[in-house]
Amino acid sequence: MAGRHPNGPKPAQITAGRIGLYAFLVVAALFFLLPLYTMVVTSLKSMDEIRLGQIFALPARLDLSAWTTAWSGACMGTVCVGIRSGFWNSVAITLPAVALSVFTGAVNGYALSLWRPRGANLLFGLLMAGGLIPYQIFLYPMVRAMANIDLYNSLAGIILVHVIFGLPLVTLLFRNYFVSVPEELCKAARVDGAGFWRIFFEIMLPIAVPMVVVVSMLQFTGIWNDFLLGLVFAGRDNLPMTVQLNNIVNTTMGERTYNVNMAATILTAIVPLAIYFLSGRWFVRGIAAGAVKG
Amino acid sequence: MPIKRKPNLSATIALLPTWFVAVVVFIGTMAWSIRLSFTNSTLFPSSTYVGFAQYSKLFSSAKWLASLQNVLIFGVLYVAGCLLLGFLLAAALDRKIRFESAFRTIFLYPYAMSFVVTGLIWQWMLNPTLGIQASVRSLGWESFVLDWVVNRDMAIYALVLAGVWQGAGLVMVIALAGMRGIEGEQWKAARIDGIPVWRIYVSIVLPQLGPALAAAGMLLAMGVIKTYDIVVAMTNGGPGNATEVPAKFIMDNLFGRQNLGLATAGATVLVLGVIIAVAPFRYAMHMRDRAKGAA
Repeated sequence: MAGRHPNGPKPAQITAGRIGLYAFLVVAALFFLLPLYTMVVTSLKSMDEIRLGQIFALPARLDLSAWTTAWSGACMGTVCVGIRSGFWNSVAITLPAVALSVFTGAVNGYALSLWRPRGANLLFGLLMAGGLIPYQIFLYPMVRAMANIDLYNSLAGIILVHVIFGLPLVTLLFRNYFVSVPEELCKAARVDGAGFWRIFFEIMLPIAVPMVVVVSMLQFTGIWNDFLLGLVFAGRDNLPMTVQLNNIVNTTMGERTYNVNMAATILTAIVPLAIYFLSGRWFVRGIAAGAVKG
Repeated sequence: MPIKRKPNLSATIALLPTWFVAVVVFIGTMAWSIRLSFTNSTLFPSSTYVGFAQYSKLFSSAKWLASLQNVLIFGVLYVAGCLLLGFLLAAALDRKIRFESAFRTIFLYPYAMSFVVTGLIWQWMLNPTLGIQASVRSLGWESFVLDWVVNRDMAIYALVLAGVWQGAGLVMVIALAGMRGIEGEQWKAARIDGIPVWRIYVSIVLPQLGPALAAAGMLLAMGVIKTYDIVVAMTNGGPGNATEVPAKFIMDNLFGRQNLGLATAGATVLVLGVIIAVAPFRYAMHMRDRAKGAA
């Protein structure tokens, strides 16, 4: 016995209500877990086993070949190189796009909330309106404009597009964060002769580290999971993983290789899932910050 | 009283790229698209003005009308489903539950995944020949039917199911955060009055969560208008037009059918839809702020 805890929470009594509550939670948990379970077991089965139509059965024999095929041999149309290239494309798109958009968002939020130059409110209003409007209305002119400056179908182009479309959200989050920073801090630094950039890099950015983490995670999952912009702007050589995944699953000729499809699906989901599992608390904070104030 | 400041040059310069994005990219491209919607542009933009011809063509297209109806059904059920399930999950987790963080993790993880992944998972589960239907039938229930993705009447509900699975956790997180912010005193008072727990949630907790739930609902609703990936991954609009959505209609005409005029007309209608949906909300907030300022 480790001793009594008279101040601990009162143990809940077992009542019909409590049992019902747990039953609800367990059933809900099964509903949420079932697809993940199904994906994993399907990816470990052979096609012969899949044809038996026992979607929930555990694999009779672990077959990892679907995973290697998904990674390096699955076909998209006539090209059979697996989802590997898409993975590296997604990395090459996401990392710079996140870094750039977080930096721009931080500068914007700082300038808009602590300096409020002429037209700051108008700019913020325009950005927020831009964030609400469906992408479809921007797409065609943007494709043309990007083509004119030789950025269409390029890595730099898709990165730029992500930074542009991320601006409303990242600016909103940083602005809301910096609004709560005492103005005196900024004023005192100005009296000491620090300018706009010095205050930003030496005072405000360090203060905003928690928000930088949150926004980076939001942007990372958002950009990694993007489909539409990658499809339109990335070009054949830079297609992100989500687009390649859809190509693998939905355009294969002949019999569908469900085990390969499911392995490829898990591979595509694994990076955002890892972020979520490794830093759940930050992820939740990011969602709450992005949602409640949006 | 607001302090008059000298406009700071560095701050102005730092915001120039953002000004460029707001004015040139957001407003400029939108104006360009709207202009195209009044021309007879097909593969290439044309400057021949045709008035509202593209719009009348749009609204006489069965596919477009079906897509509007579909997005309405999907949107209402998806937002309502996420709000309801998310609130119930939050309320359950709020009852001093064991393994709370494990449950929370399980309910939210789908939200981390893309709509493409979500669509593909559920396409697989609902596949009538190899999915849940086949499994249940092999257990002996021969007449069991769960063929939603290939059934014209049910395909849209398959999308709702997948969407709610993906999005309910978001509402749960927001609602749970809100519930934790409600003061214990209110709970004590209500318990002393002998009010049953469910009643406290409905009459005391729910109203206080109003703004947070409204924000979550708004966020989900904004996603509805953009609904594209999940449809492409799960049903590709089929069977027939059963799961066509406006965003997909626009994309198909923009890049597949080379029907620029029609596509931009569709996009313009979507933008109008957003404005009509958001305007009353913004107006209410504006009036509330003004009322607060006056008080």
